[in-house]
Amino acid sequence: MKRREFIQTAAAGAVLPVLMNGFPVAAYGQDNAVLAALVNATTQTDRVLVLVQLNGGNDGLNMVIPLDQYSGLMTARPDIAIPQAQVLPMTQLTGLHPAMTGLKSLYDNGSVGVVQSVGYPNPNFSHFRATDIWTSASDSNVTWTTGWAGRYLDGEFPGFPTGYPSTQNPDPLAITVGSVVSNCVQGPTVNMGMAIASTSSFYQLLTGTVDTAPNTPAGHELTFIRQVVQQTQVYTAALQRAARAATNLSPLWPTAGQNSLADQLKIVAQLIAGGLQTRIYCVSLGGFDTHALQVPATGSTATGTHATLLGRVSQAIEAFQDDLRRLGVQDRVVGMTFSEFGRRIKANSGKGTDHGAAAPLFVFGTSVNPRIHGQNVQVPLNAGVNDNVPMQFDFRSIYASILQDWFAVPTATLTALFGRTFPYVPVLRPGVLTGTVAAEDVNVPGFSVYPNPVRGRATVAFEAGGAHVQARLFDATGREVQLVVDRVLPRGPQRLPLDAAGLAAGTYYCHVQEGPRISTRLVVVE
Amino acid sequence: MDRRAFLRKPASVLTAPAAALTDTAAYTDPPGQETVSRFANQTLPDVPRTNASLAPYAGTWGPVQAAHLLRRCVFGPTRAQLAAAAGSSLTQVLNGLLTAPAAPAPPVNVSATDTSVAIGQTWTAQAFDQNFEGVRRSSLRAWWLGQLLSDSTLQAKMWLFWHNHFVIELADVGDARYGYQYAELLRSQALGNVKQLCKDVTVAPAMLRYLNGNQSTATAPNENYGRELLELFTVGKGPIIGPGNYTTYTEADVQAAARVLTGWRDNSTTIQGYYTASRHDTTTKQFSGAFQNQSIPNGGATEYQTLVDMIFGQAETARYLVRKLYRWFVYYVIDATTEQQVIQPLAAQLQQNGYNLAPVLRTLLASEHFFDAVNVGCYIKSPLEFSLGLLRQMEVAQPTSSNVAQQYAVWDYYNGLTNLQQQYLGDPPNVAGWPAYWQTPQFNELWINAVTLPRRNQVSDALLTTTGVTRSGFQLIIDPVAWAQSLPVQTSQDPNLLIRAFVDVLMPFPLTTNQLAFLNDALLPGLPDFEWTDEWTQYLAAPTNTAKKNAVATKLRALLRVMLSQAEFQLS
Repeated sequence: MKRREFIQTAAAGAVLPVLMNGFPVAAYGQDNAVLAALVNATTQTDRVLVLVQLNGGNDGLNMVIPLDQYSGLMTARPDIAIPQAQVLPMTQLTGLHPAMTGLKSLYDNGSVGVVQSVGYPNPNFSHFRATDIWTSASDSNVTWTTGWAGRYLDGEFPGFPTGYPSTQNPDPLAITVGSVVSNCVQGPTVNMGMAIASTSSFYQLLTGTVDTAPNTPAGHELTFIRQVVQQTQVYTAALQRAARAATNLSPLWPTAGQNSLADQLKIVAQLIAGGLQTRIYCVSLGGFDTHALQVPATGSTATGTHATLLGRVSQAIEAFQDDLRRLGVQDRVVGMTFSEFGRRIKANSGKGTDHGAAAPLFVFGTSVNPRIHGQNVQVPLNAGVNDNVPMQFDFRSIYASILQDWFAVPTATLTALFGRTFPYVPVLRPGVLTGTVAAEDVNVPGFSVYPNPVRGRATVAFEAGGAHVQARLFDATGREVQLVVDRVLPRGPQRLPLDAAGLAAGTYYCHVQEGPRISTRLVVVE
Repeated sequence: MDRRAFLRKPASVLTAPAAALTDTAAYTDPPGQETVSRFANQTLPDVPRTNASLAPYAGTWGPVQAAHLLRRCVFGPTRAQLAAAAGSSLTQVLNGLLTAPAAPAPPVNVSATDTSVAIGQTWTAQAFDQNFEGVRRSSLRAWWLGQLLSDSTLQAKMWLFWHNHFVIELADVGDARYGYQYAELLRSQALGNVKQLCKDVTVAPAMLRYLNGNQSTATAPNENYGRELLELFTVGKGPIIGPGNYTTYTEADVQAAARVLTGWRDNSTTIQGYYTASRHDTTTKQFSGAFQNQSIPNGGATEYQTLVDMIFGQAETARYLVRKLYRWFVYYVIDATTEQQVIQPLAAQLQQNGYNLAPVLRTLLASEHFFDAVNVGCYIKSPLEFSLGLLRQMEVAQPTSSNVAQQYAVWDYYNGLTNLQQQYLGDPPNVAGWPAYWQTPQFNELWINAVTLPRRNQVSDALLTTTGVTRSGFQLIIDPVAWAQSLPVQTSQDPNLLIRAFVDVLMPFPLTTNQLAFLNDALLPGLPDFEWTDEWTQYLAAPTNTAKKNAVATKLRALLRVMLSQAEFQLS
């Protein structure tokens, strides 16, 4: 990327901060500690990360659809599976829900990447707990009270909120459009973000009006306090300035009130284009907890509740990208979606799905690597009621890779933020061309588990490339039952022992990852 | 007139140890930050008021009425107190409110600095020592706040009322033992007889020192106390109707009153005021037409009582006191109707019964006027009401007297919080008391501005973190799970009933449907209601499972963070 070259040159010459078109230019690269040191450990960047939270647990199997698994799908979820002919094909093997035409078009234009089966070992099926895990980036069995992005911002802006806003940092560090400031940006002592309580309150903020109260003494005092509340929002002036400086340009934005995610992203686009230096925006869409009737009681399974939700996601992101392009800021923004969990492979009897494990997520923006990371979910031919989609990627791999590439966070800092290292996944584009990539780039070569079915012991075989390798065994519910290896292995053929003697008979998944390469095999233990 | 500057005693300030100064130095805001909100009243609001009179309230008695009464009468009624009151009658509740608890044990030494007594023993009867003054004053202030925090009767609010009325400043008095004697005097008469309290305060050593009564002699009478007695403590200052004539009293009356009060001094050994005949002006003091041209002949050591009796014989004294009580319990706007329907008859009752307070409070707090819907929820909480109310209503566990060092350290912390919010117990800003109680047209709105409001939110936010605040090894924390768990399970498992339960305690009036939906979204972002029931039930089934507890705790904290920062929570 041109910016990267430019900033490397600039850094070498120690000319900082560098302004390009009035904006400080970001560092780009994996380990630019020199640059960080030059700016006193606080990275200069004009880059923005948008986190789109899909509340409730999104049914990933009906969103990113494995076209090679239809026999399994039709057995596991005959009432809700999308008719194969209607799936929007991304590759020969993988397609999108038919409601996601906007995302499909962005994918075709190289602005969307898909990461398959993102999760974590030992998934939790509680909405609250799983959300806390995803927002804090903790392991499944420990509680962290800070958010992953909050820890990042805390390191970047030490001492916040004392001394903020300042001349150097006049704007909110993070913004949530929603009633509660996202836990993603919870710092060690305070939340690093501000909440714009709702889209309507954002416009109240801009006009200085408050909710009307009755014409009583209580109403009089309530109005007074609300005015002070609004005044004490120290970033009001910064938001007003940014909002005045830019107007949304895309004709694709739906009418206000039709699509709440679009309404939120519309504000984000306006503020980014208006020059707000806020790095992280959190937006959300609820309603994904589709236990019953995620498709209509009668009629096409390509319509109904879940289709409407996915349609909103697709429409909102498409309008957002179009607006960013028209506003000339598209190269400064990347986004990612996430949900606290996916849903069960097998549908329930109410045309819905229950709480599950891993699920796909989208990354979007002109800087993303526009491909499908990982492989299709392997759907068992006779999925049981508790069978889950096993993870291929740890969600912290995605967070860490984005921080590393987008905000130039050094490896040591990433390790501190997440407690340990996670394999790098190139969800952002280091120069990869648009389009599908050859299979050898995404698969672990020579991967097999034999004998299969397994009795007692088996061997995990693959070709190592000389980097950090993780090999794990998950049961059908996604619970990690064995860590086969988690270290750097020398380049060349590997033969690792798998001890299945203590395992109950049933279906398991063996999952091997080395850098961007990932492969999964169904393993049957007898 | 800048009373504070006038009252400063530079010599004592200069000789005071640094610790004593920092202890008492009122917080001053950085220059350039507003101290009065730009949104505060420019004129008194002309919102509709009620025509309801002092006739006994005979309407519905239930949770709404009980909550209104308790919110105004105690520092933050708890859920249990609200429920108990709603299940009793108005008379029963008032009986309870007017029954003061037993006298508290005096404040104790909690510092190694004060070597006069052991830790845990009271210093209040020990000799004065400037080196111990700082820690004793902290101890007194902590103790005082601790009593307000634990007292669920009207005594607590009235104790603060009299502190704001018969003002002294501990920093100016400079002797914590005097301060304790003064505080105890106010407490013991908080629901008693105003006239007697006024007499006692007049010769209290703290007041003699604060308003220079101890320097007033026949040859050089000091007018300071005489002036404040008339202007602020009793008849109040009326319109100027002639040179030196304030309707209710004249400059000549100030001088006459000062001469009545000559001869009194404070004794640092006995911690009492005492009379010295040789310093007393024995001439007859002539008062103006405002006092029906009465004169007071030499009465020696009891002459001051004659003066107080004469002043309390004026109907305007009762009216002045009743207006102040009205603003303390109801609202700061007193229109012509309220003056005629409420102030005048209540003042007549006060004067007729010889200034016994309890019957008057009962009349006001049991009246149609008090319970009129227009008077509900319009009272902006003072810093003490906000902070102590938050602690009580959220049921933050407090240290006990088994560890006094811890207990006083926590109370001291609370004093620090309210000081930052501009109300420092023991040190009102000047002899007129906190301006929020008298400064027209802003009144209570003076408590809230762009500096103080965030400080209130910081208090609730700090208590809502997963670690809370630790002082002297004691953790202060809001435990929302325990709070919710104390509800009937049919309530706690239903997110909307649960939110209502919080609203009923924390908010002075019902919230709108939109607001309730907003709170539901704070508790359950993007999720259907049954998921709360599911997760809560799972927690109840395994209450020792940390993961399940954390799951619901995170959500409840998010909900409360939003609720406690709502404008409504600032109202009572």
